[in-house]
Amino acid sequence: MTQLVISNVSKRYGATAALDGVSLAVEPGSRVAIVGPSGSGKTTLLRVIAGFEAPDAGTVMLDGQLLADGPAIAPAHRRPIGYVTQDGALFPHLDIAGNLGFGLARDEPDRARRLRELMELVELDPAMLTRKPHQLSGGQQQRVALARALARKPALMLLDEPFSALDTGLRESVRQAVARVLAKAGITTILVTHDQGEALSFADQLAVMREGRLAQTGGPYELYWRPTDIETAQFLGNAVLFEARIEAVGVSCALGRLAAETGGRSGRGTIMLRPEQFQLSASGPGVEARVEDLAFRGAQCSVNLLIRNRETEIRFTAQVSSIEPPEIGDTVFVSIRGSAFLLPAV
Amino acid sequence: MTVSLSLDTSALPLTRQRNLAGRAMLLLASGVALCALLPLGFIVWIAIETGWQTALALIWRPRVGELLVNTLLLEFCTLPPAIGLAVALAWLTERSDMPGAKFLSWLAVAPLAVPAFVQSYAWISLFPRFHGLPAATLVSVLAYLPFLYLPVAAQMRRLDPELEHAAASLGQSPARVFLRVVLPQLRLAVCGGSLLVGLHLLAEYGLYAMIRFDTFTTAIIDQFQSSYNGPAANMLAGVLVLSCIGLIGLEWLLRGGARYARIGSGAPRPAPRRQLGTWRWPAMALPITLAVLSLGVPALTLSGWLLADGDSVWQQGALAASLATTLGYAAAGAFAAVAVALPMAWLSVRAPGRATRFLESCHSYPGALPGVVVALALVTVTVRIALPLYQTVATVILAYVLMFLPRALVGLRAGIAQVPVELERAAASLGRNPARTLLAVTLPLAAPGVAAAMALVAMGVATELTATLLLAPNGTQTLATEFWALTSELDYAKAAPYAVLMILLSLPMTALLHAQARRSLNA
Repeated sequence: MTQLVISNVSKRYGATAALDGVSLAVEPGSRVAIVGPSGSGKTTLLRVIAGFEAPDAGTVMLDGQLLADGPAIAPAHRRPIGYVTQDGALFPHLDIAGNLGFGLARDEPDRARRLRELMELVELDPAMLTRKPHQLSGGQQQRVALARALARKPALMLLDEPFSALDTGLRESVRQAVARVLAKAGITTILVTHDQGEALSFADQLAVMREGRLAQTGGPYELYWRPTDIETAQFLGNAVLFEARIEAVGVSCALGRLAAETGGRSGRGTIMLRPEQFQLSASGPGVEARVEDLAFRGAQCSVNLLIRNRETEIRFTAQVSSIEPPEIGDTVFVSIRGSAFLLPAV
Repeated sequence: MTVSLSLDTSALPLTRQRNLAGRAMLLLASGVALCALLPLGFIVWIAIETGWQTALALIWRPRVGELLVNTLLLEFCTLPPAIGLAVALAWLTERSDMPGAKFLSWLAVAPLAVPAFVQSYAWISLFPRFHGLPAATLVSVLAYLPFLYLPVAAQMRRLDPELEHAAASLGQSPARVFLRVVLPQLRLAVCGGSLLVGLHLLAEYGLYAMIRFDTFTTAIIDQFQSSYNGPAANMLAGVLVLSCIGLIGLEWLLRGGARYARIGSGAPRPAPRRQLGTWRWPAMALPITLAVLSLGVPALTLSGWLLADGDSVWQQGALAASLATTLGYAAAGAFAAVAVALPMAWLSVRAPGRATRFLESCHSYPGALPGVVVALALVTVTVRIALPLYQTVATVILAYVLMFLPRALVGLRAGIAQVPVELERAAASLGRNPARTLLAVTLPLAAPGVAAAMALVAMGVATELTATLLLAPNGTQTLATEFWALTSELDYAKAAPYAVLMILLSLPMTALLHAQARRSLNA
């Protein structure tokens, strides 16, 4: 049974369509990441689900309960939905205990015990309960915000770029902690982010959003290796595109014959390769290429390569291990690991 | 801990969001804006009613020319030295290692607590022959310098030292760095502060009446008191408003489209202070001299008068009565102004946009109008349209509301901005309905801003003289009007306790402004 069903939701601000017929179904207990460039409408979608905005058209249904039917909506404060924003939105005039207990009834039995449990759940020291939000680090504030939302045992948790205000080093560890907590609690989660790396590692279902529409949904692996269009391919990571001729088995391009699923198509098409698929060697097999430039990036090297193919010149960037990298001006042989992906015809 | 799904089996009611709050606020703010346009409407109305011929006859007189020359001379003599002193003071207190810089910066702001007409009372009772333009210039510089010092010092602290380092690394000497990098960045602060001072010079009555220097404002009140609401006073008010508009336009031109903001992210590190070396101690002479003139002279005069007459001056019956009246007016004015400014403040934080900005400028412009113009407008309107309201408390309060609306707006806006909408949303997602969100989140967080707004208005009302003189019911005694009546009878000794009380009432405002200027830097 699907838990959250969004069907045909549209929302306009003046002349711009923030959401344009968005439909999405979310399974219970799953972690969905909505990813897209800024201005793509992903935060608006989250606000519609939370009940802070009313859609112009379309419905939102949670656990069989209608939450929005066009402009008629259920008020945000009566929805069993938790919400965590970029900066946590902790109440600055309340201490941590006051923040955590904000959604709990005042006369709730075992209130103190609940607060301690919540702190332990998000891996924070219960001694912090008497502190004020500004005395906590950004990562700690974010965990308190999560615990505060969890206190009401929501059926659905919405995370609006909750890690983007954190330092790079901290971001990874907070993200893992949050994923752990949510998995333990078994709460369906929707994460909105513009960071594709975050989306790929956090979610078990990915929805790519562009200009108010869902361009593609599916598992992270599926979307990374088999995107339906060039924009999605490039949004989720670096992509190298080649014109190719479709043959009976596989495709043929400047890199020679490559394995690819053609699905019975024929004629010409565009294939996508990820930079990490390239393998360079000094003596073949593969196609001859010249190293034009090289950027050392620690574990990996970005190598700018040039293939001269009859009268055309093709330039692309490959990602290779930085152990014994080639030098600028070297001639190397390029081969491909795995198979190429033939992008669907437009 | 296990978290179970909280499945509510009863269906949630769906309702359309009608944004009733937003619409109600817009309606209320529009009503207030319409009221606030009253003084401007009054000027336009009398201009039309008087007719071209009569207006010209009333304006094209040697007397008006004389007043215009006086006013221009006053502006030109006061502003340049005030700007120079403000920049020098700000540099010494903010960017040099002058001893006691923090305390001296307090001293530079403290003259705000001395109402301008008390300042001139202090000088005139010390030097009874102190009259005319030199006296007007000196007292104006002393009384209004803090209005320039505050923004310039704030800007000086906010400057990114990296720019100065960059200029130094490009081979510029410290003096040239100051001229080419620091000074240009102070332009907005200097322009804003000068406008404020210039408007005060146009609007002030008591200061100039006391030292017998004629400006438009003193002439309007003389005219009004002799001929009562004649077209002559109204025409002068029209010229005064034109002068204000000219000043605002000039400031707008000089300020230009410039916006000096830091490029890049992160908070700027505080600028290092320049070592003055052997000039460290002599540098203190400037702030101390200014403090002696602007604070020492009033202190000397007031203590002199108080000591001369002993306890008897404190035992005037009128003193307690006028203090009570003043406090009552201040409280009523503060409540009314804040209540009236609330819809606008809410809109400008929660629903910014072009319409909101327009409404906001309707709310703010009366702050630039001299109190005498607001008062004349209300006199004319009440006499002609609503006579029962003429010289009633309600009209006085309305005048206060119009004059101090911008102060209330600024404080309230800051207060409401303390409550980002995300916090209200967080409360909603935690199950609080809108009313309980207001009580539990919005109000506690906005309270300091609301309190500051009320305090600023109340303290403005406590020392307000011009509008109170013109509008208050007969026999009303506030500290300012009673002080004014006593000094007009040259009873300087009896007036002293009134001055002391007004200074005491203004002290918190001074502290508040100083603290705000400091805080805005840390934000």
